[in-house]
Amino acid sequence: MKLNELTIAQAADGLKKKKFTAVELTRACLDRIKKRNQEINAFITVCEESALAEAKEADKMLAKGKARALTGIPFSVKDAICTKGIRSTGAAKILDNYTPSFDATVIRKIREQGGVLIGKNNCDAFGHGASNENSMYGPVKNPRDTSKVSGGSSGGSAVAVADHQCIFAIAEDTGGSIRQPASFCGVVGLRPSYGRNSRYGIMPMASSLDTVGPITKTVNDLAVVMETIAGRDVRDATTVPDLVPVYTEALEKKLLGVRVGIPREYFEVPGINPEVKAATEKQIENLKNLGAKIVNVSLPHTKYAIAVYYIIVPSEVSSNFGRLDGVRYGTRNKGKDLFELYAKSRAVGFPEEVKRRILIGTYALSAGYYDAYYKKAQQVRTLIRKDFDEVFKIVDALITPTSPFPAFGIGEKANDPIAMYLADVLVAPAGVAGVPALSVPAGATKAGLPIGVQIIGPRLKEEVVLNVGRQLENVK
Amino acid sequence: MSITILEVKKIAELARLELTPAEESRHAETISAVLDYMKILNEVDTTGVEPTFQVTGLTNVFREDTVEACATVKELVAQMPQVENDELVVPEVFEE
Repeated sequence: MKLNELTIAQAADGLKKKKFTAVELTRACLDRIKKRNQEINAFITVCEESALAEAKEADKMLAKGKARALTGIPFSVKDAICTKGIRSTGAAKILDNYTPSFDATVIRKIREQGGVLIGKNNCDAFGHGASNENSMYGPVKNPRDTSKVSGGSSGGSAVAVADHQCIFAIAEDTGGSIRQPASFCGVVGLRPSYGRNSRYGIMPMASSLDTVGPITKTVNDLAVVMETIAGRDVRDATTVPDLVPVYTEALEKKLLGVRVGIPREYFEVPGINPEVKAATEKQIENLKNLGAKIVNVSLPHTKYAIAVYYIIVPSEVSSNFGRLDGVRYGTRNKGKDLFELYAKSRAVGFPEEVKRRILIGTYALSAGYYDAYYKKAQQVRTLIRKDFDEVFKIVDALITPTSPFPAFGIGEKANDPIAMYLADVLVAPAGVAGVPALSVPAGATKAGLPIGVQIIGPRLKEEVVLNVGRQLENVK
Repeated sequence: MSITILEVKKIAELARLELTPAEESRHAETISAVLDYMKILNEVDTTGVEPTFQVTGLTNVFREDTVEACATVKELVAQMPQVENDELVVPEVFEE
């Protein structure tokens, strides 16, 4: 096995046993990126020099026997997350030359545990999209079939892990941006509960929904990264003080008697692919064989989640994106006055979808429309949350397909925003409710495209979804 | 169409976005389709339902007001698009 194909657990073990060095491991990932990036486009920035320096430092720590959880492990980061001294564009030209003076809290924590930052992943600009086609640095291609999308918005991160260009990745999920590309690429991705991981240093999209989570090759790796990054942060007042469980310890618990719900609405989505449905049903069968109790349940407001999501997100976007004006940082376009400076900087700095969301949000929040759109959406959001609250009184977790279909063709939905928005139909509800949801691989279609299933749990019960995911992963 | 080109122009002005005529007509069309889709929410009776603005239930979160290390002037100035003598240059804000 090539070094870049190792999991975190395997790589950490090999490093400790001196089978190879962190420099060799980092070099293997860098070589893979060099070979593949031209075609696949998973990275916007590769930080070869600093990565090799960090790997050298890691080797020193390993030699002293001072290895930490992630010492010498190369990871990549979605470009909408700030990394100190490393260009962070958010995949939009308005930040083409932006180099943060600080690390996002999750990145700082990983660095403290010895992780080696190898580069910044392509994504839909600022997370706006479900296919990675809204990047101003070109789309990311699916490594299994380069005519297909990677999924999005964290497409580059999912591809980097699936194509072994890094050992794990850190990305964001607002309404599916980790889970959907993870499912399209055949890797593991977690959207944590809102408030579980710090959002400090994340370029905000919708502040009341945004979360940060890992994309990994295995559920065990995911638990390792979560143990590193989770927890309260004084710099993000929405992080919860609840103790962070030792996630790796919960993974091997038997599922005997664990109640797993099948929410009817998720299987009745229009246009659901029969192979995806069959793959999900096979996983349900596996859960039964593992001793789980399968319960049919209903989340009646599921079909409203996309409408709710695409009102709340643009509304919060239109407010958050006021800061990107070309005045204090980023790319400035000259105008005859201040108004023109703003309008022209934003005109060339944002792709079409970002502009669309700013416009929709500005409209939805304007006088006379607030009650009809934003307030109405937030009320239906309450009903969606209550659906989950009710269902988690009778089950411990839910299983659903992650996406109604496997990776679609590049360009297929690019000019139809509604079709693109509906790609999130099964992942948006957990985002709206703020509950944790994991996507784990569940085989592939006959054509060889990966399929993922989603495990949704109650708020702050990441250990439950990771346990269920790990047990499914164990079934061969 | 539920939103006209004229309305798109108005919102774009409020949002400080310069649009080309082609963009204006594309946005009028696609935003109309999106707003039409949102009408699905009218099926839901929300009388007396409290809106959800946040999901954590946390309120009044404070931290100690202590001095700590932060970015240097040099680092911050390096990110500015136009600088003179270590100061950010901006166009005139007030008109005569």
